[in-house]
Amino acid sequence: MSATTNPLLEAKGITKYFGTITALENVNLKVYAGECLGVVGDNGAGKSTLMKVLSGLYKPSAGSLFFQGKEEILESPRDSQNLGLEMVYQDLALAGNLPIGENIFLGREPTKNLGFLKLLDFSKIKELTNAHLDKLKINVKSADQKVEELSGGQRQAVAIARSTAFNAKVVIMDEPTAALAIKEVGKVLDLINSLKKTGVGVIVISHRMDDIFTVCDRVMALFQGTNFAEANLSSTSRDEVIGWIMGKK
Amino acid sequence: MEDKDKKIVSLHLKLMPYLEKYGILLLLVIMILVMHILQPDVFLSWRNVTNVFKQISWQSMLALGVFMVIVTAGIDLSVGSIMMLSLMILAVVAKAGAPWYIVVITPLIAGFLCGLFNGLGITLLRMPHPFIMTLGTLYIFRGTGNLISGGTPISGFTDEVRYLGHGRIDLQWLGLEKSQYLPVSLVLIAIVYIIFWIFLNHSKTGKWIYAIGGNPNAARASGINVNKILVIVYSLCGFLSGIGALILAGRTDSGYPNAGLQSELDAIAACIIGGASFFGGRGTVLGVFAGVMIMGILRNGLNLMDVSSFWQQVLIGSIIVLAVYVDVLRRDLGTRK
Repeated sequence: MSATTNPLLEAKGITKYFGTITALENVNLKVYAGECLGVVGDNGAGKSTLMKVLSGLYKPSAGSLFFQGKEEILESPRDSQNLGLEMVYQDLALAGNLPIGENIFLGREPTKNLGFLKLLDFSKIKELTNAHLDKLKINVKSADQKVEELSGGQRQAVAIARSTAFNAKVVIMDEPTAALAIKEVGKVLDLINSLKKTGVGVIVISHRMDDIFTVCDRVMALFQGTNFAEANLSSTSRDEVIGWIMGKK
Repeated sequence: MEDKDKKIVSLHLKLMPYLEKYGILLLLVIMILVMHILQPDVFLSWRNVTNVFKQISWQSMLALGVFMVIVTAGIDLSVGSIMMLSLMILAVVAKAGAPWYIVVITPLIAGFLCGLFNGLGITLLRMPHPFIMTLGTLYIFRGTGNLISGGTPISGFTDEVRYLGHGRIDLQWLGLEKSQYLPVSLVLIAIVYIIFWIFLNHSKTGKWIYAIGGNPNAARASGINVNKILVIVYSLCGFLSGIGALILAGRTDSGYPNAGLQSELDAIAACIIGGASFFGGRGTVLGVFAGVMIMGILRNGLNLMDVSSFWQQVLIGSIIVLAVYVDVLRRDLGTRK
């Protein structure tokens, strides 16, 4: 991590209204390459809304996003994916009825031409999936296994594999360990550490101080839709961060 | 003892995927055998087999359309009415003296537009469930069909218009007798089903249709334009209903107000018997075909045995419940406990 270079992703003055409700007000966020930023806050603080704005699922009411120094307007998750910005949703966003490989490539399936027809290239999907899962050291029986047959931790691993299959530069994870058994949490945190080593900027939203203090380099707190506090992990403590979540400095 | 139990468990876990894929074909084969034993002279005769295919020809189109909709976890109650409206438009255009190639295309366009109307209604008007939109259009389309035809049958089409539903492919060059012909509608079923099998299993759009049924949020988060895919699915369903209308025009040589009445329920039944899940994301084109065949063979066999049509209703209803119950049992066996 280096603070001297430009941030990979920067959000300036993000505001989001839902009808009369102000979900976010003038929120700023930065993440650098190879860095993990932890985002904490109580329920309703605006964490998930902010992430959905970053991924292009919601359009901000005001504010702007800069990717590698250039201003970008995201119309849909497809736009953010094209920039190399990937999101791992809390509800995982996997289709249980499809195999692992088809989930990883969902929406971006490799195809081959058969005359004038563009058909899915299943052998390529399988080959790329196996190579990618190997790279991330994720163990599953087979890429053809349906996602609904997997355990919670395996599903989380597939969701992370999905987010990194296309040379992602920034990966945003919403509560990556919330639904997991204790022994699976460690594997997911390892996965986040290995992503950082490849130069990916990671944003982790979490309630769990253990997660934040294991993988993050910096932590910022949202309170009632606004920036509340921010610090390098080395210069803060669990108690202080917990205080921020409750709105105390 | 424990080892043996484990072996049995792993055996049925290994067999499950095959049962899931081909179990419904097994049921079909059993039915054919039973019918053959009960009616050895008639049932498997050339005449009767082609008859079954002619009878299921238009239903198979509706069922295929409804199947795609069910895969997205939706429902289309209006396919029977779309078919009737398309048929009536065809009849009116034919009576007005339009050339046959225009007459043949009109029901396809009409069906497609009806489906497009459903799809746009569901997505743009943000109906809480496709059930509501298509329940509405079930009435709207049939009413419109009666309005343009005056509620009376319109009969008499040219041979070209009737070709798909009534045409015969002569097989005498194969050394067969003149009565051993191939109905054009049988060839049409095969072609349409193969095209849609390729579409659903080997195209991106087809894969996305399954993904939407499995988890619409996942599809949306993957950058898939879910509403666009839904509009495509309902439009194709309407288009297939239009093909059904064209086949029916050939078979009956008439556009009549009661065409396709309650056939949306037959179409849904065929999908369910064929293993499609109402919760979406599950089912195969082969399964739908088997479901349509099972219903066709049941009706045909019971007719051959002079069983009253009331009993046919009771039996078809029982098969729906039984087929789904077998599916529930299969799922129980397939999950590790």
